[in-house]
Amino acid sequence: MKTILYIIQKEFKQIFRNKGMLPIIFVLPLLQLIILSNAATFEVQHIKFGYIDGDHSATSRALVEKFDASSYFEVLTDFPSEVQASAAMLRGEVDVVLNIPPYFERDLQKDKHQSLGVTINAIDGAAAGVENVYVTQIIQGFNQGLRVDLQQITDQQVQAMAIETIPLFWYNETLNYKTFMVPGILVLLVTMITLFLSGMNIVREKEIGTLEQINVTPIKKRQFIIGKLFPFWVIGMGLLTIGLIIAKLIFDVPILGSLPLMYLYTSIYILVVLGIGLFISNYTDTQQQAMFIAWFFTVIFILMSGLFTPIESMPKWAQVLTEFNPIKYFVEVMRMVMLKGSGFMDILPQLSKTLLYALIMNGLAVWSYRKTS
Amino acid sequence: MKREKVIQVAGLTKRFGDFAAVDAISFDVYRGEIFGFLGANGAGKTTAMKMLIGISNPTSGQAQVAGFDVFTHAEDIKKNIGYMSQKFALYDDLTVRENIRFFGGIYGLSRERIKEKSDALIEELGLQGAAHKLVGALPLGWKQKLSFSVALIHDPKIVFLDEPTGGVDPITRRQFWEMIYKAAHQGTTVFVTTHYMDEAEYCDRVSIMVNGKIEALDSPKQLKEQFQAANMNDVFLKLARG
Repeated sequence: MKTILYIIQKEFKQIFRNKGMLPIIFVLPLLQLIILSNAATFEVQHIKFGYIDGDHSATSRALVEKFDASSYFEVLTDFPSEVQASAAMLRGEVDVVLNIPPYFERDLQKDKHQSLGVTINAIDGAAAGVENVYVTQIIQGFNQGLRVDLQQITDQQVQAMAIETIPLFWYNETLNYKTFMVPGILVLLVTMITLFLSGMNIVREKEIGTLEQINVTPIKKRQFIIGKLFPFWVIGMGLLTIGLIIAKLIFDVPILGSLPLMYLYTSIYILVVLGIGLFISNYTDTQQQAMFIAWFFTVIFILMSGLFTPIESMPKWAQVLTEFNPIKYFVEVMRMVMLKGSGFMDILPQLSKTLLYALIMNGLAVWSYRKTS
Repeated sequence: MKREKVIQVAGLTKRFGDFAAVDAISFDVYRGEIFGFLGANGAGKTTAMKMLIGISNPTSGQAQVAGFDVFTHAEDIKKNIGYMSQKFALYDDLTVRENIRFFGGIYGLSRERIKEKSDALIEELGLQGAAHKLVGALPLGWKQKLSFSVALIHDPKIVFLDEPTGGVDPITRRQFWEMIYKAAHQGTTVFVTTHYMDEAEYCDRVSIMVNGKIEALDSPKQLKEQFQAANMNDVFLKLARG
């Protein structure tokens, strides 16, 4: 036990003495949290909107005004013809073009029916889908207003009303993307910093030759590894704390669930990451190699974590693979506890899988660390 | 008088594939002796030493160090030996005192003992003014003397020195050998590799390794007679050239 304390003391001294490393550990991740949480959003706004008004009637102007009033659209241009509209879209000057045909108002009143042309730049398919939804919503809203007007004009005739759905968004009523992203990005920070630091730490001692000196002492493998990993565990928990404070103060993310539960889960989760880091450390000879391998896994883990793309929409085989992704569990737990207020029993599946993962990875790490070659 | 053998080696071999880096070497080292382990670069000295200190598994043969078998009790050997590698292996980003405390701590010395040892050691090395300086800022000669002292911090029975005086000036080398003599005088066995043949003359006995085999082993005086050479340099050249 005393031996472990000597190692921990030494590690902390080295970490806090490394003036180049300290900002990397504490400042960069927090900048990342603030920048990424603001930047990584799926919201589509400031859509460049153009229209071809072939009708020039009160109705067509009212429709364009609807778009103008929407905060999503920036009404830019009134194109005289379709040719010019297409050219503008080709140059990337407009994203959406609405084509109002001639006699729109007249036909609408006469036939109670008329069609509009909408052209959307779909190079970014996801954004195009969202834009389509916005356009449809505005036209539907306009349509309903028209119908009411028409009803008043054309007597009290009973009409079949369209069925309308009123969605309720639970746990994040306003569909605020920051609320959704902040817990996830916090997960990334805690993971990346602890993985890279632990992955590079033992390799560094290999490089400078001090590991050999350690290996000729009677120190026990497990003492050395616990002593090495404990400081990074503390740093990981510290990062979580700072991140949660920022989430609350800057982003005002609701923290519905229990903080001790979040800390309990994170404390086990960090053990998984440290185990992986150490395992990498044992099989590499230079910090560069360790860095590359750590990157490789981080990128895969992040992209398959459900942070940016929903796991439900991945192909079946990919969904099976995500079962082995520790980040996935952490993202799930953080979102569940922070946004839904989930309790211990709710996260028990994730918790037990993570615990098992931690045991396996640290077992492998201790096993693969060799004092004798 | 029957002298106590602290290192016993018989047919010790290390192979890397087909290549025998250490080819069935046998020798004994006695308590309190300064044993010079000589050989050209690549002759297998460091590999042999690494097997004796328990960080490299031998392919075959037998070896006992400080009464423990290198195959089965490597960790017990480690309690009884000190080691100073070719490459400086203290922490550059810790101070002199912190390095001493750390290594004292992992060898299981008590807090009081570490304090005592640190004070004595710093005084002996004349490092009073530099005790709170980072080790990385010290000149090489001081670093080497400090690593030697740290290798002795737990009063080991045997200390292994792998080219301890590489790259240091003649005065520091002289002081270094005075430290070695002092340790030997206090009963510590010293197992040292070197490339400096004048240093070989300071050893009680010397072995010379050529291509993984020990080709000669005796006191410097006897070796010079045996090879009819004026000094150890000539003995070494005769052997190493074959």
